[in-house]
Amino acid sequence: MAEPMQVPIQYNEAVVRKFVIASVFWAVVAFLVGVYIAAELAWPEANLGFSFINFGRLRPVHTSGAIFAFGGSILIGSSLYIVQRTCRARLFGGEALADFLFWGYQFFIVMAALSYVMGYSQGQEYAEPEWHIDLWLTIVWVIYAIIFVGTLLKREEPHIYVANWFLLAFILTIAVLHLVNNAAVPISMYSAKSYAVYAGVQSALIQWWYGHNAVGFFLTAGFLGMMYYFIPKQADRPIYSYRLSVVHFWSLVFMYIWAGPHHLHYTSLPDWTQTLGMVFSLMLWMPSWGGMINGLMTLSGAWDKLRTNPALRFSVTAVGFYGMSTFEGPVLSIRDVNALAHYTDWVVGHVHSGTLGWNAFISFGAIYYLVPALWKRSGLYSNRLVAWHYWISTLGIVLYISSMWVAGIMQGLMWRAYDAFGFLQYSFAESVNAVHPYYVIRWMGGVMFFVGALIMVYNLVMTVRSPSTNLSGSDAGQFGAAGAVVAGE
Amino acid sequence: MLASLVRLAPLWRGSKTMFRHEWIEKNAILLLVLTLLTVAIGGIVEIIPLFTIETTVEHVVGMRPYTPLELMGRNIYIREGCYLCHSQQIRALKDEVERYGHFSLAAESMYDHPFQWGSKRIGPDLARVGGKYSSDWHYAHLTNPQELVPESLMPKYRFMAETPLDFDHIAQHLRTNRVVGVPYTEDQIAHAKEDLLTQADPAAEADALMKRYPKAVVVPGNPKGPTEMDALVAYLQMLGTLVDFANTSAEKLQQ
Repeated sequence: MAEPMQVPIQYNEAVVRKFVIASVFWAVVAFLVGVYIAAELAWPEANLGFSFINFGRLRPVHTSGAIFAFGGSILIGSSLYIVQRTCRARLFGGEALADFLFWGYQFFIVMAALSYVMGYSQGQEYAEPEWHIDLWLTIVWVIYAIIFVGTLLKREEPHIYVANWFLLAFILTIAVLHLVNNAAVPISMYSAKSYAVYAGVQSALIQWWYGHNAVGFFLTAGFLGMMYYFIPKQADRPIYSYRLSVVHFWSLVFMYIWAGPHHLHYTSLPDWTQTLGMVFSLMLWMPSWGGMINGLMTLSGAWDKLRTNPALRFSVTAVGFYGMSTFEGPVLSIRDVNALAHYTDWVVGHVHSGTLGWNAFISFGAIYYLVPALWKRSGLYSNRLVAWHYWISTLGIVLYISSMWVAGIMQGLMWRAYDAFGFLQYSFAESVNAVHPYYVIRWMGGVMFFVGALIMVYNLVMTVRSPSTNLSGSDAGQFGAAGAVVAGE
Repeated sequence: MLASLVRLAPLWRGSKTMFRHEWIEKNAILLLVLTLLTVAIGGIVEIIPLFTIETTVEHVVGMRPYTPLELMGRNIYIREGCYLCHSQQIRALKDEVERYGHFSLAAESMYDHPFQWGSKRIGPDLARVGGKYSSDWHYAHLTNPQELVPESLMPKYRFMAETPLDFDHIAQHLRTNRVVGVPYTEDQIAHAKEDLLTQADPAAEADALMKRYPKAVVVPGNPKGPTEMDALVAYLQMLGTLVDFANTSAEKLQQ
């Protein structure tokens, strides 16, 4: 190598470790709450008549817990890991700012969860926290953006790596969505209660512009950032196509934002908006699969690693689920399909094939990669346990999504069925009764996914408790951007 | 290793144009600005016209702001996450119109800050539940849903009947709604507390309330003062009942 020898950069790994611990903790909490509310739907007695554990109050705890607490923590944590290594620069703002980001974000999560249970909610899905919590998150998010962009600006590497484009788009867009969708006027400075600025049809469109792009930029762009870093790392192969990355990035960022109105087909939203939403949702299939191909083809010549590296199996299966959900999504956005599927459990199944199959699996892959790297261990405590985690969660997902397909399509068909005399054939209550067995199967799928997570926790704890290897930086040093020069040559 | 990845494929090779993607990926601020612009387009094109196109919200007769008691009931509906299991949006589909009534109009949620159309029907749609059942039915159903509908998955809301409604700041609630665009009059704000108590008390003289809020449903209430359940039932009984459909036509509903 022509480059001069360098002193390895001391990356801020402490904050990444904290985020990894938090994400594993919140994963367990969010899955447990999910299992509980699934039980409430299978056996309504489980609500127990207490206001604070009713389905209506716990569901936001589950969704925020899974998306923002578990997903958000691993997303922010891994983004801080990725940006330092691919920029060959320590985090901008030093330890204090990074610690503020960590504790500030955790404080947001705890405040939000407590407020739902206590009965404070804006009444907008995935944007339930009231105005004071929203303001706090805004501060935390601005600090996050400053740390991330600041690190990009002080980078030693001339190019900004593709993972960082996606992470930057995630940070910026979430900020815009959060600010616009949560605009509200509190009844007084001393009250948690507020009224949204927008009403009715405008409120609906802005909410689903937000809601769909929380999927598009939080659960997709952000996690694609993880895909573009961890899959090449785990497979030890470069990204399949640079050009595909460029096309993937710009087309995804441009098209996703239009897709929100597909949540509002046949409603009081004007038709032109619905049509626009549907057309862009269909087009979105292309960049999504472009990204999937880019991720999967990165394994060309390295597929054998799936046999020996069960953590990579998680990452690769995640991309497979990403491809499946991003095909199912455009199909569901077609008006006539949506007429059947909307308001049914099909949509719930679709969301979970994305969140469990794609988001959670790519996160598990990243966590299994990060923990030995961050704690300087030669490897995981047990690859066998990773395999157990993999199979039990995969089976759980299959139970979950297939039961929801059956339940959802059955609901849709029962609601629109006519008898020989031209009357509606089923009462609503009959459709509730009909899906009961599938709600039990869904609950079992959730339990399996939860058990898988517990296996992961045990494996990670044992990994951290195993003796330190003191391999100069272990995986991290071996693969790190600077490490390639230092340790590799 | 990553360094070499980045070095291997830095350019948009083979590009015959003057443009090189490299410029963007070497300049964080340029990447940031272009990303923001790209993201902004879709939202702007879809959202802004909804505020400017006159026909987005139909002009229909009968819509009025919520009564103080209904508004408090609506807040409880939001607080308990009812929207997570019940939609309030009847789609323009044959079976939905037959099951639930006339398809929902944009005008019918024009005072909803925020909207409560929902996205899932674990229970039935509630957009036109008003007047479908008696108030007594709602009290019994909220207290123990399975007693009236054995298949129901709904939690029991007995505690609402035992929780006194907190309405000390009701005028402030109305005023805040006016800030965000709901046309509450000075008269309505001044009489907020009085109207709220009247609607939960069948013995009270309701003429003034009815004049300020036509079609308001007085709920049975109880001698100890309004409870959370009184407010919720008043809200449910009003849902979907305001628009005078006899006075409208398909052309008028054209968006």
